[in-house]
Amino acid sequence: MSKGRFRTGLHAAVTVYLKEVRENLRDKRTVINALITGPLLGPVLFGMIFSFTLQRQLAEAEKPLPVPVVGAQYAPNLLHALEAQGLVAKPAPTDPAAAIRSHAARVVMVIPKRFEQAWRKGEPAGVELYYDSARQDSGTPVRRLKKMLQAYASTLAAQRLLVRGLSPVLMRPVVPEDRDLATPQSRSALMFSILPYFFVLTVFLGGMYLAIDTTAGERERQSLEPLLSNPVGRGTLLAGKLAATVSFALVSLLLATAAFGVVGRFLPVEKLDIVLDLGPRFAAYLMLLMLPLAVLLATLQTLVSAYAKSYREAQTYLSILMLLPVIPSLLLAVMPVHAKPWMYAVPLLGQQLGIMDLVRGEGIGWPLLAAVLAGTSLAAVLAFAVTRWLYASERLAVST
Amino acid sequence: MIEVRGLRKAFGTVQAVDGVEFIARDGAITGLLGPNGAGKTTTLRMLYTLMRPDAGSILVDGLDAVRNTLAVREHLGVLPDARGLYKRLTARENIAYFARLHGLSGAAVRARVDEMVALLDMQDIAARRTEGFSQGQRVKVALARALVHDPRNIILDEPGNGLDVMATRALRAFLRNLRNEGRCVLFSSHIMQEVAALCDRIIVIAHGRVVAEGSPDELRARTGAATLEDAFVSLIGSGEGLAA
Repeated sequence: MSKGRFRTGLHAAVTVYLKEVRENLRDKRTVINALITGPLLGPVLFGMIFSFTLQRQLAEAEKPLPVPVVGAQYAPNLLHALEAQGLVAKPAPTDPAAAIRSHAARVVMVIPKRFEQAWRKGEPAGVELYYDSARQDSGTPVRRLKKMLQAYASTLAAQRLLVRGLSPVLMRPVVPEDRDLATPQSRSALMFSILPYFFVLTVFLGGMYLAIDTTAGERERQSLEPLLSNPVGRGTLLAGKLAATVSFALVSLLLATAAFGVVGRFLPVEKLDIVLDLGPRFAAYLMLLMLPLAVLLATLQTLVSAYAKSYREAQTYLSILMLLPVIPSLLLAVMPVHAKPWMYAVPLLGQQLGIMDLVRGEGIGWPLLAAVLAGTSLAAVLAFAVTRWLYASERLAVST
Repeated sequence: MIEVRGLRKAFGTVQAVDGVEFIARDGAITGLLGPNGAGKTTTLRMLYTLMRPDAGSILVDGLDAVRNTLAVREHLGVLPDARGLYKRLTARENIAYFARLHGLSGAAVRARVDEMVALLDMQDIAARRTEGFSQGQRVKVALARALVHDPRNIILDEPGNGLDVMATRALRAFLRNLRNEGRCVLFSSHIMQEVAALCDRIIVIAHGRVVAEGSPDELRARTGAATLEDAFVSLIGSGEGLAA
């Protein structure tokens, strides 16, 4: 290609780019989706999930535990001991099983009449716990109540041994001692494994409307045929349109990253003693990782939209394509594989792993970063070649 | 000048264009008349390089339209059957977009757009977004953007479609003007009135072939028909798909 032709092509591509950007900035729906709801969706959703889960975990540990107790009068000492550990005895329901089934209580403790007798004789005294293990919210209170009962039981056992002149140590021939090597950062990684998906989703939503509007939309509005009668190659048109789509996707991502930065400040991360790196350094690496992916996704969206016969059809196809980025997130959540270097070169998977590394505060080395960039860029170039080929077909232009 | 020889194009088993030949000269209005489905649009689409012919040659001002598509497009102003505008852009912006795609920039774009706005008498709508424009207003904008690069040859596919009487009269006057400036004007139509009123030369197409060619008087003389309408019917074999 001569220098003159390149300049002409560049001028045309820039013309197409500026027109698509201007036209789409005037479209309320596109602006709202790409620049407002899209970027806010991820951070707000993540913030909500994060706060909700943490608040629950933190609060459950400290809050008083209300438990309806049947037969409290038979075991005043037991009740005192439990109350000292945070239990709040509630009035007894007439039917414990019904109370559980009707969700009136998460756990009900029943102290039978014979408890008193067994207690006096030094025999095992039974306490019944009613709960429904199929209910997710019953797990924590039942575990806490059992722990309280166990603590009381071992204190009692120790006292009884002492009374008989034996050392309570005899009761503990084997003692498991926990050496949990999870760092606070890695413990919250599961929660953060969803974070990369939000960024990918933002990029996808940011460019989606332009990808449709500039191809299927242009054809449906009958403006593609006049456009193609201009002395501009189809590859040049495609480049301009793609650049506009990528720009919207990246601006959307930039806004989302900024929003994540703001949300990150309000998350009670210090309570969990973790580092949540969503600052400028994270943002810079993130943009770098996502840049080739934004091009790849925009090209795929354009490919699908150009293939579709109408705007509606393109929307349908793209909603299906939107599920594609979930796959690595789900895969990593269900099968926590050990990340191997080649995985970083796989588009989407590479970004997923890279972002998780960054979020964990481990950083990402240059070789892996290069693998992500090279792998995804190669895929983007291939996708562009296919799209360019499809764009050149006669079928593309003709609307009827 | 546009010269077409042995043009053929098939879609699957349907031979849409089957050996079309004609010459559209400079300083003349040439009309492609034929019933719906005769192959007019496909022929024109090959002329403005949207489609590749299976066989045959097309020369626009001596340039090969099959091999030299980009250069040929510079010599053509095209008003296709599909004439959608960008409704979120103003009329001026629509025209300026095409001017830039033809390589103009800066003040040259403004100057040419001003010229087209004056030429097509559309000062009142130039600054408005094209959403909600009437058919006539839309055709004006589509014409303006097709001619913004001052092409020597103008191809129009059914330009009269959907226009009211006033808009049709204005369009005819405008096309005559283009011819008087020495340009080559080629348009297709299935409306006899339109062709009869406007054309210096008529090419009658049916079933993908040229069945007759000549001035309106020549066609009447050849068929021995009293009116042009009778002449067409006798040439095509039936009046189906034609409108008076």
